[in-house]
Amino acid sequence: MSVLAPEHLAQLLEDQREVVRSVWLEAASAELRGRTSRGELEREQDELYDALVAGLRSGATDLYSGAFDSLRGILADLSTARARLGFTPRETAVAIFALKEGLYQVTSASAAQLAPLLRLVDDLGLFTFETFAATREGIIAEQSEQLLELSTPVVKLWDGIVAVPLVGTLDSARTQVVMEKLLSTLVETGSEHAIIDIAGVPAVDTQVAQHLLKTVVAARLMGAECTISGIRPQIAQTIVALGIEFGDIRTRASLADALVDALRVDRRAAGQGGSTAVGTGA
Amino acid sequence: MTDVVPILKIGSTLLVSIQTDLQDDTALRLQEDLAEQITRTGARGVLIDISGLEIVDSFIGRMLASIAGISRVLDAATVVVGMRPAVAITMVELGLSLGGVRTALDVERGLRVLAPVEQSPEEVLLAAAQRAGE
Amino acid sequence: MRPGTADGVLTMPVDTDADVVKVRQAVRGLTQQARLSLVDQTKFVTAASELARNTLVHGGGGHVEAQVVSEGRRTGVRAVFVDDGPGIADIDLAMTDGWTSGTGLGLGLSGSRRLVERFVIDSAPGAGTRVEIVSWSR
Repeated sequence: MSVLAPEHLAQLLEDQREVVRSVWLEAASAELRGRTSRGELEREQDELYDALVAGLRSGATDLYSGAFDSLRGILADLSTARARLGFTPRETAVAIFALKEGLYQVTSASAAQLAPLLRLVDDLGLFTFETFAATREGIIAEQSEQLLELSTPVVKLWDGIVAVPLVGTLDSARTQVVMEKLLSTLVETGSEHAIIDIAGVPAVDTQVAQHLLKTVVAARLMGAECTISGIRPQIAQTIVALGIEFGDIRTRASLADALVDALRVDRRAAGQGGSTAVGTGA
Repeated sequence: MTDVVPILKIGSTLLVSIQTDLQDDTALRLQEDLAEQITRTGARGVLIDISGLEIVDSFIGRMLASIAGISRVLDAATVVVGMRPAVAITMVELGLSLGGVRTALDVERGLRVLAPVEQSPEEVLLAAAQRAGE
Repeated sequence: MRPGTADGVLTMPVDTDADVVKVRQAVRGLTQQARLSLVDQTKFVTAASELARNTLVHGGGGHVEAQVVSEGRRTGVRAVFVDDGPGIADIDLAMTDGWTSGTGLGLGLSGSRRLVERFVIDSAPGAGTRVEIVSWSR
């Protein structure tokens, strides 16, 4: 007994619509009880079923063929919405696989004849799962980005002076965010002084020190001066022990010292115009 | 036919605003034009606004440093203003420095660098007190 | 080499100063399509500018192939600079900061490598030079 052609399968789905749909709906709502209303589930399944029939009717059984563009679109939207609403992966996938329960009710054709359709449902399930996982990954990425933003507040301390108090471990991704944010704040606020306070940073290694130095040099290229404050005794020791050259970069023990210092420079510069000479470059 | 970057003269300062992506030969031409203009006008300062530049690569970086060097020989100061943050970060990563070129955030601050306003000590103190009172 | 696109690959000649500018602009467009951050866009375009100039000045002209690439959720941009010039005898030496064949600051190759995530150079005396760079969105 050979498999049925896609067009036959489409006809079969139309003819048996009532029974297949009702079993699918039962199975899916048993799984999703309390998560979503029966009416909503029914409407979603309506759309999916119609798109499935339409795709088969145009002769396709491969989920990734153009005939199923609309089906994949509906399914992707559905899975994305479920991932955002906090459905479990199981709930999301089972809602699709439950369609098979409905197909087993079709008595006018054998399972062998229905094989392409059953395979298609498997692919639908996998596709749902992939979309679901991708959405979740996206949410995680978004959140870690937001966390990064939150953990690097650039504040305006005084007219012309901005500061960023760093708290926690610095890695190179985070340092880059800090660097970009600090430099663009200089432009936005027209500030010629920046203070990077590292009192809350537990450790400074060669790489972190390099990032700090680069930020200072980049600020100078833009015409601003940068002070590093909050260098605790242990960190000062590490810096010397590692042989990191801070060169002519201004360092101060506390944020308060750095602020006073910047105000002093500002006052001196008031008569001369503020500017920075980019002497020793990168 | 290469483009020409216009050079404006304001008082004793030459103002160059680079608005578009420079072709290498246009950059070289600007360097020559500036040297000629400094001598001809007796300008004391050159202000180069690069806020329109989306990138500064080693060629443009070298041009800026050369202009500063040439100006220095001709007794004029050079200030480069308006470098974008992304450009500054990239230049540092690339390993480019501007070798002694003065920089400022914007044209206004750049002009202040070139034409310092002489203030008496009293004026400096008054201004500071005013700022603190604001 | 004629400019054109095939399978999303943009092919551009590098035979004049103006071509270098066109390469920069086209590559900038691709980095935006690939949704690179502004800083990463700037880094990639700067690297492309250095490499296109190398192709022109040291390679005696050549071409660039550039395209948006993807891998899972990430999108990125890839550019390949090809010339049939004299090639480079000692790649390690050429990749050193400050090494220059005479006309530049010696930062073209070594500096560009620091601006991108992937940097592959392939060259031999008499066999031309091929440099591939790739950067990814975060």
